[in-house]
Amino acid sequence: MLSIFKKFKDGLAKSAKSIAEKTGGIFGRKKLDASTIEELEEALFASDFGYETTEEIVEETQKAYKKDKDLRGKDVAAIGSSVLKRVLEGSEGRIQFVEGSPTVICLIGVNGSGKTTTTAKLGYQYKQDGRNPMVAACDTFRAAAIEQLKEWSSRLGLDIIAGQHGADSAAVAFDAYQAAKARGHDTLIIDTAGRLHTKSNLMDELAKIRRVLQKHDEAAPHYSLLVVDGSLGSNSIEQARVFNEKFGLDGLVVTKLDGTSRGGALVGIYRELKLPIFFLGFGEKPEDLQEYRVDNYVDAIFGADEEE
Amino acid sequence: MFESLTDKLTNAMRHLRGTAKLSEENMAEALKEVRAALLSADVHFKVARAFIERVKEKCVGQDVLKTVTPGQQIIKIINDELTALLGEGSTELSKKKPLKIMMVGLQGGGKTTTSAKLAKALKKDGYKPHLVACDVYRPAAIDQLETVARQIDVPCFAKRGTPDVPAIGEEGLRVATASGDDLIIFDTAGRLQIDEQLIDEIKELKRRVNPDEVLLVVDGAIGQEAVNVAKTFNEAVQLTGIVMTKLDGDARGGAALSMKEITEVPIKFAGTGEKLDDFDVFHPDRMASRILGMGDVVSLVEKAQESIDEKDAANMAERMMAGDFNFEDMLKQFSQIKKLGSMSSIMGMLPGMGKMAGNMGMDDKAEKQMKRSEAIILSMTKVERQKPQLLNSSRRTRIARGSGTKLAEVNQLIKQHMQMKKMMKKMQGGGKKMGNMKKMMKQMKASGMDPNQMGGMGGGAGMPNLDNLKF
Repeated sequence: MLSIFKKFKDGLAKSAKSIAEKTGGIFGRKKLDASTIEELEEALFASDFGYETTEEIVEETQKAYKKDKDLRGKDVAAIGSSVLKRVLEGSEGRIQFVEGSPTVICLIGVNGSGKTTTTAKLGYQYKQDGRNPMVAACDTFRAAAIEQLKEWSSRLGLDIIAGQHGADSAAVAFDAYQAAKARGHDTLIIDTAGRLHTKSNLMDELAKIRRVLQKHDEAAPHYSLLVVDGSLGSNSIEQARVFNEKFGLDGLVVTKLDGTSRGGALVGIYRELKLPIFFLGFGEKPEDLQEYRVDNYVDAIFGADEEE
Repeated sequence: MFESLTDKLTNAMRHLRGTAKLSEENMAEALKEVRAALLSADVHFKVARAFIERVKEKCVGQDVLKTVTPGQQIIKIINDELTALLGEGSTELSKKKPLKIMMVGLQGGGKTTTSAKLAKALKKDGYKPHLVACDVYRPAAIDQLETVARQIDVPCFAKRGTPDVPAIGEEGLRVATASGDDLIIFDTAGRLQIDEQLIDEIKELKRRVNPDEVLLVVDGAIGQEAVNVAKTFNEAVQLTGIVMTKLDGDARGGAALSMKEITEVPIKFAGTGEKLDDFDVFHPDRMASRILGMGDVVSLVEKAQESIDEKDAANMAERMMAGDFNFEDMLKQFSQIKKLGSMSSIMGMLPGMGKMAGNMGMDDKAEKQMKRSEAIILSMTKVERQKPQLLNSSRRTRIARGSGTKLAEVNQLIKQHMQMKKMMKKMQGGGKKMGNMKKMMKQMKASGMDPNQMGGMGGGAGMPNLDNLKF
């Protein structure tokens, strides 16, 4: 447990600039003053938490400051993390595997969000866990996307079904399910082409993937997860909203959290849409994918120590 | 749907009617709204603050104009200021030949696609492009560049099996120049700005190939992180320009302002779609209204002006008013609409409409509908097109078969046409409106971003053609 937390924290704090450190001045300070609040506000905004959550934390801090002029920096961190934990209550998503037939996880998202890498990482993780996963390369649009996943699966020893470039992605998905079932795989992870949520023809293509999968199993895909680039700002809420309306989402994977970005957009997305977060991505290596936990996330952000 | 900033400001400044001058006090509420708008468009906190200060200075002491609401007046000042800021610096690339361009950025920003788009665009200007694959990390990244290079028929240098990126770059440069190519584009791997080792790698590549342009490729939807990214990359490899990608989405793109403000590097290009032609020089005025959430009325008007043939429009208007609107005219109308671009891009330019377009599936459904209607008309004989009254049931059946549509659709279109004709007859009296479309557009353009006009721009005043699409 401790090691998971450590990794998590290391991931988020690789840049050694977590909010805690940015506002280290504040959280370490014995007493606050008016300018501290502004510093706090800046640090929160810089984390893409979104306007509402930021204002909420700032307001609560101000209220507490009015009551108690001796408010210490540590108290501010406590206020921040309690607000954040409140906002994120119930945001942990978990995969419940089905018995007897492959559990299908479909990864969708805008271009460049990290779907292919996440597919490979997730496959790797399940393999490590003793499951028997298969990946399907249904991004038949982007040049060399299929090669990319093939390369990953040969490196990681994953079974893969891939179509031809330009082929019908739904047909690949259909075949993949059939193959997964026939070969006794218990998990099927489907990588789809990147698409902007504003293109309705590409959204229709996704619907087709679902339709053909349901010919095999009415409950498939069991999980449709939106892969969101953690360095994006408020538009990721819009992306999630539209993908959810048009396709129906079960939750999110937030990637690229190894930079200085805090992936704060997930707070805004959860706040608005109540879509749970399943995994966080911390880098390009196969093991850089972790189950999302509210406490770990919030503590890493506000710099609480695991010993405390 | 978002309440537009214009509405919000108009509300916030309602009490100002009748006041003589703008002051810090009476603007406070409005400026708070502006700040919220900037922040929710992902403009960096500090940049937003500095910007608001600047706007405040410009506003304080100005007379409240009688002709516009104070809210509109502020919008105008903000919009002008934003456009000026975003537009500083040249969007032109160096004119050198051979021209060496290095592309850098985070993972997934769109470097490889942008490399190809840039090569394609400059090929049209007479350059002989050569792509050099410098991404040795992401699986199949080289394959991807080779594939897009083939698509645009441009040579691509790649060397597999070595991680020595600077050496690959040097050799690529040598090969390209030896074969007489004069535009060499180096596509590098995506990297985090805090990954020192990889940042050193592009520094070394830069030193060895000595590019004339170093372009940072950034996802248009990037958040507050944009500032760190632009700053670090600029310090490391001295950027000469920024490319904002995926602007065909609905991100407000506030990062553009942040990056510009922090680095003073000009934004040069915009990626606007999946096709390799979807590439445009950067328009600061459009970006400004996008950040403020006001749509892109000016671009729409420009586009309409470019593509609608004045004579055709005048002719048609005349015929319409004479109540003589036949299927040939309808066909012409379709082609004019098509010249404007896809429905989705038109809708995207209207304030508040972009999102609606996506949500309603308006973009391609309307287009598909138009295509079907067009097919039906094209299956009519010339005489039928001019004299719709000839269309009896056997002719209609033939047309349906010929156009691959259903009889009901043909009937629907004929009914539609009848209704349009009726409507036009009704307008005969007061209806110089349609004929003056061109003139209206001119007026709108002359007024620039005048918010007065924009307020009234609900869903296509001055664009009567759009209404006809609601078949």
